[in-house]
Amino acid sequence: MSRRLLVLRVNGLAREAAVDEHHTLLEVLREDLHLTGTKHGCELGECGACTVLVDGEPWLACLTLAVDVEGCEITTVEGLAAPGRPDPLQSAFAELGAAQCGYCSPGMLVSARALLDANPSPTRDEVRHALAGNLCRCTGYEAILDAVLLAADRDGSARAAAHVAGGGDRGDR
Amino acid sequence: MTVDPSRTDDLAVVGTRRPKIDAMARLTGEARYADDLSMPGMLVGRQLRSIHAHARIRSVDTSRAEALPGVVAVITGRDVPIAYGVLPVSQDENALAVDRVRYVGEPVAAVAAVDEETAEQALRLVSVDYEPLPAVLSIEDALDPSGVLIHGEGQGANVHKAVALEFGDVDAGFAAADLVREDVFSFAGNTHAPLEQPATLAALGGDGRLTVWSATQAPHYLHRALARVLELPSSRIRVVAPPVGGGFGAKTDILPHEVAAAKLAMVTGRPVKITLTREEVFHSHRGRHPVQMWVRTGFTSDGRITAMHFRSLLDGGAYGSFGVASTYYTGALQTTTYRIPAYRFEGLRVFTTKPPCGPKRGHGTPQPRFAVERHLDRAAEELGLDPVELRLRNAVEPFSRTVNHLRITSCGMRACIEEVVSASGYHGKKGHLPRGRGVGFAVSAYLSGAGLPIYWNDMPQSEVHIKVDRGGGVTVFSGATDIGQGSTSTLATIVAEILGLQPEDLAMVTADTDLTPVDLGSYSSRVTFMAGNAAIDAASKLARLVAEGAAQRLGVPPEELVFRGGQVAVRGDPRKSLSWAQAVRAASARGALMTSGVYWAPEMAGPYRGSGVGISPAYSYSAAVVEVATDPETGEVSVEEVWIAHDIGRAINPVLVQGQVEGSVYMAVGEALMEEQSFRRQGVHRGPSLLDYKLPTTLETPKIHTILIEEPDPEGPFGAKEAGQGPLLPVIPAVAAAVEDALGVVVHEVPITPDRLLRALRAGHRGKAPVIGPASVPSFEFGEPERVQPPVGSPAEVAVP
Amino acid sequence: MMRLPPFARLAPRTLAEAVEMLADQGPGAAVVAGGTDLYPNMKRRQVEHHALVDLRAVEGMRGIREEPGGGISIGATTRLSHLAGSSAVPRALAHAASVIASPQIRNMGTVGGNLCLDTRCSWYNEPEDWRTAVGFCLKAAGDVCRVAPAKSHCWAVASSDLPPVAIALGASVRAVGPGGERTFPVADLYRDDGIDHLALLPGEIVAELLVPPVDGLRVTYRKIRRRGSIDFPELGVAASVRLAPEGICEAATIVLGSVASAPVRCREAEDLLAGRPLTPEVIEEAAAAAAHPAKPQDNTDLSHVYRKWVIPIHVSRALQSLS
Ligand SMILES: Cc1cc2nc3c(=O)[nH]c(=O)nc-3n(C[C@H](O)[C@H](O)[C@H](O)COP(=O)(O)OP(=O)(O)OC[C@H]3O[C@@H](n4cnc5c(N)ncnc54)[C@H](O)[C@@H]3O)c2cc1C
Ligand code: SF4
Ligand code: FES
Ligand code: FES
Repeated sequence: MSRRLLVLRVNGLAREAAVDEHHTLLEVLREDLHLTGTKHGCELGECGACTVLVDGEPWLACLTLAVDVEGCEITTVEGLAAPGRPDPLQSAFAELGAAQCGYCSPGMLVSARALLDANPSPTRDEVRHALAGNLCRCTGYEAILDAVLLAADRDGSARAAAHVAGGGDRGDR
Repeated sequence: MTVDPSRTDDLAVVGTRRPKIDAMARLTGEARYADDLSMPGMLVGRQLRSIHAHARIRSVDTSRAEALPGVVAVITGRDVPIAYGVLPVSQDENALAVDRVRYVGEPVAAVAAVDEETAEQALRLVSVDYEPLPAVLSIEDALDPSGVLIHGEGQGANVHKAVALEFGDVDAGFAAADLVREDVFSFAGNTHAPLEQPATLAALGGDGRLTVWSATQAPHYLHRALARVLELPSSRIRVVAPPVGGGFGAKTDILPHEVAAAKLAMVTGRPVKITLTREEVFHSHRGRHPVQMWVRTGFTSDGRITAMHFRSLLDGGAYGSFGVASTYYTGALQTTTYRIPAYRFEGLRVFTTKPPCGPKRGHGTPQPRFAVERHLDRAAEELGLDPVELRLRNAVEPFSRTVNHLRITSCGMRACIEEVVSASGYHGKKGHLPRGRGVGFAVSAYLSGAGLPIYWNDMPQSEVHIKVDRGGGVTVFSGATDIGQGSTSTLATIVAEILGLQPEDLAMVTADTDLTPVDLGSYSSRVTFMAGNAAIDAASKLARLVAEGAAQRLGVPPEELVFRGGQVAVRGDPRKSLSWAQAVRAASARGALMTSGVYWAPEMAGPYRGSGVGISPAYSYSAAVVEVATDPETGEVSVEEVWIAHDIGRAINPVLVQGQVEGSVYMAVGEALMEEQSFRRQGVHRGPSLLDYKLPTTLETPKIHTILIEEPDPEGPFGAKEAGQGPLLPVIPAVAAAVEDALGVVVHEVPITPDRLLRALRAGHRGKAPVIGPASVPSFEFGEPERVQPPVGSPAEVAVP
Repeated sequence: MMRLPPFARLAPRTLAEAVEMLADQGPGAAVVAGGTDLYPNMKRRQVEHHALVDLRAVEGMRGIREEPGGGISIGATTRLSHLAGSSAVPRALAHAASVIASPQIRNMGTVGGNLCLDTRCSWYNEPEDWRTAVGFCLKAAGDVCRVAPAKSHCWAVASSDLPPVAIALGASVRAVGPGGERTFPVADLYRDDGIDHLALLPGEIVAELLVPPVDGLRVTYRKIRRRGSIDFPELGVAASVRLAPEGICEAATIVLGSVASAPVRCREAEDLLAGRPLTPEVIEEAAAAAAHPAKPQDNTDLSHVYRKWVIPIHVSRALQSLS
């Protein structure tokens, strides 16, 4: 077993930690970097609570060695909101009651973020499939699906507004 | 000023859809759940668990583990020899087994070490010398008189609790019936599987006081148990429940690791945290009892119930837990939906060598509800009546008393039935959908809080304190634990309504035995009703104090003031007003602004032993229609759509109510089709993981149509009743009924797995009766029941708030 | 928290280096790609490895390429999500990849890892404490099979989704080892032995999956499981047929997954189809015969009886979809 000094890029910051090579990203985030926003419900790949984004894709932190993601951009729930400005997903989750106990939320949110980044206006079924690796025991998922669609909608209108404000090419003047 | 908490009009915040006040904390990673906590010098604890379903412990040798570098302490049953239990009648569990283990996974020793890897290694070095005893894995085994006793020595039947009660004259009722029908049912055990694996952090302060942060639904009961087991005065223990990642009953009992972490902290003098693995969560269990049921009911030819005899046999697992209450619950609520003029209930709970069962969402009532609803469907068939009509003919009346002395107040059952039946188009679908598709219907009722605490006392069931600082800041103190249901927000909304503020304006301090007054806990759907009423009491008292100060300043009598929009104003003359802060200043000049509110449930218990179970200040009602698509060739079932109407009384925050309803429907679908806590012959769990224990994913959850029926309850806070458990109940029998409608297979057992369904279908092809369900229930001699006179002069009087 | 035991991690840059490192480490070392199968197994202490050769960074092992002579090469460390989303590969193969595990696992797990997935058994894929309680079995540290104690054989189940459809496609595998490289049909990668289920030579690493041109071959894959996600197959049915213009079946391949320790070819059923039109009667006959070679054991979630019962139904549906 060996220990290594590792530089991880987490939520846009370079974070340094001396880690055991066999330690997972989940352990390093929670125990070495004290980023406890990422949760865990099984550590065996079966629940999705530990989902984080690795270069924008949802991965399971419990089955990823920290050393394997050196040099990758890692996003956890703590990195979703800009200071004072929650991610539209977070606002929509709050409004629609998509977080009850909130234990699945960090994983759900990053899975949903990856979906919206790749597919800004998904159908309900696409959302359902994108979140099929994240278990929630509280909500029955309905509110979660609604919230992702609401956030997508708002993202879309915000983009449309920005487009218009930026002198959109619709140009009906 | 006057506060009328039953008022239902002109509400500013109650009834509005709004985010929970702690939603953002839970959505940004800011909320710190128990396992997110750490302290300097913290040790990690792990428990060594039994590998036998049943064995005597000859000896435990911890010396090699203690010698491992990094190990700070190892404790065994000898270090925590005092038995405890959540119910005073069942003080039968030890945090670490003393001389006997009774299920695979029962903790035997606990280690505290510098890190988890060392702790785990240490566990391998503890050697336990076991003398294996026969495992007892079924009700039949447990009742075998030549079998081994699980508690006590020698042979005999492992009866934990047997009850037999008769209300009214059941024989006469059956004699008067045109049809008497008997059916048997079976409901498999299942478990809560909250996403958060329970964790406990315990630390001894420099002052010698012990603080325990634990993922618990009932800090007060944990507090009491810790004082008992650790032999410390309660005043030297502080229990704090951080935000909890889901409970559903899993975190209501005192769990062994909570005691072990506390003891290790005392022994080592350092903070110790124990977080369960998922496998351990399945061992810790306290989930749904497997129940076998037999029911016999008499009907007149026009479908009126003349008498019912209900028998339930519960497989309790190794310890008492809430089991005595669970047993009574399997018989208590049958009468809350249907007028049953004579009723006999026989209930039995046996010990088996499996993890203890306890309360899971709907505690003890989903099983009998399944049986009774399916039984009524059978009777409807035989009587040639529509199942909905049969329910309506027997529907209980609002403001009445049941034969077993339950006080029914508000009751929206008829409205629920009418709404779901029409929204779903039930009558156009039943019997008319193409083969493979079907609809089912069922109704239910549930308590808004158990009428009595689990240990007898005459103190309030809930207390809420409110303190106001001179700048106008309001802090609300409540012992209630927010397990995700949103109780903290609900209390904030109630207080804000009365004080004319916004819920987000309030500071909420919850679930901390040092700081907050007692609330019994987040179980039995009691918090909104009971803590809510205590909050109304505290807020009303506070409003009175503030009104008195403001009245003096405004030169009007306090009765003329109203609290609205952050103002304290003269009724009818909004220009004459003070801001909240000004009013608080004025009032503060007259003394401290701190109030206490309390809630006592009205006296409701009937004249018999066990009457404390089932009583509640109000019952919620639900009705559901479920539509399924099945595969007649493979036995696969998918729940496509659920219409559910829930009589909530008043939705304090419709977002939260809807969330509870949808979550209940989801959990019911899991219980109906896929979830099963079952064991192999060695007494080991069939698959203690989230891969093997099937929770529905986004792809299995149906489309849910929620209809809220708001008929305010006279005693509920702003008319509110419960939402967290009741809506689960009708869905399970409705799924079964829908499968029947789709395929013509009789479904008297859940879960309806593809295995079971295909077996039944194939039996049908061979000309046999296609049935999923037991042929009989184990026999047990209950003896003569205790005979209880039905209540006289029926109508229920309502406690005036 | 379930944690990994310590091991030495080696991160080769080239396949040759990987082969060399694996050989150097001797028995007890293994390769790891996505880790989505290996790490849970190690956390449950089913397997022990003192060293892991991590293939993630090996150059040239990832990606989907069209072969010069037609056909497609899929590098062993190509991720499942990539395969699932690829329009270059046969639809049935992409579909099989898209129903594996969960979205996250498909982002991490690889084609090579899927082909080399350890066999599974409900008496084996359990935590160490659990296995201590029931007693260890042949596959790990024990001396008896818990499923069929009478025989000294392990019946752990080949539970991955890609192999059946890869076989139905006539795909082959290129493996590289200390003795050089060889290419062989996917079916030959497996042995019907739950313990020693891979026919790789010592130190061999799967480098790529080679899929021949489809050329009018009709292929399908059906996965049977308890829920739509986070679930291994309880039964996998892959079928391919080549139809002559007048609808006569020239050749058929039917492969069952999850009913034995290796994918199972249904030769009798295939023979029944050859030279005949895919009429409902012919399909029923072949579907009934397809169940014959499958001997599922009671070691997955759904009972062996159930799985045996539904084989003809799903084979029939698979064939119907191809007719
Ligand atoms: C919850 C859960 C659900 C799952 N569901 C499914 C499912 O539905 N269907 C399914 O098919 N799988 C499923 N899996 C298993 C697994 O995730 C996938 O099969 C995945 O493709 C494995 O790939 P990997 O790269 O992660 O393999 P790894 O874990 O890296 O390796 C798996 C095995 O293959 C060996 N190996 C890996 N690459 C090579 C190579 N190039 N040459 C030789 N040997 C190699 C490793 O030594 C190891 O023994 C599931 C896993 C989990 C945790
Ligand atoms: S089939 Fe038998 S030997 Fe193989 S893993 Fe299962 S129990 Fe063990
Ligand atoms: S913790 Fe459950 S998938 Fe990672
Ligand atoms: S909100 Fe509790 S698990 Fe999803």
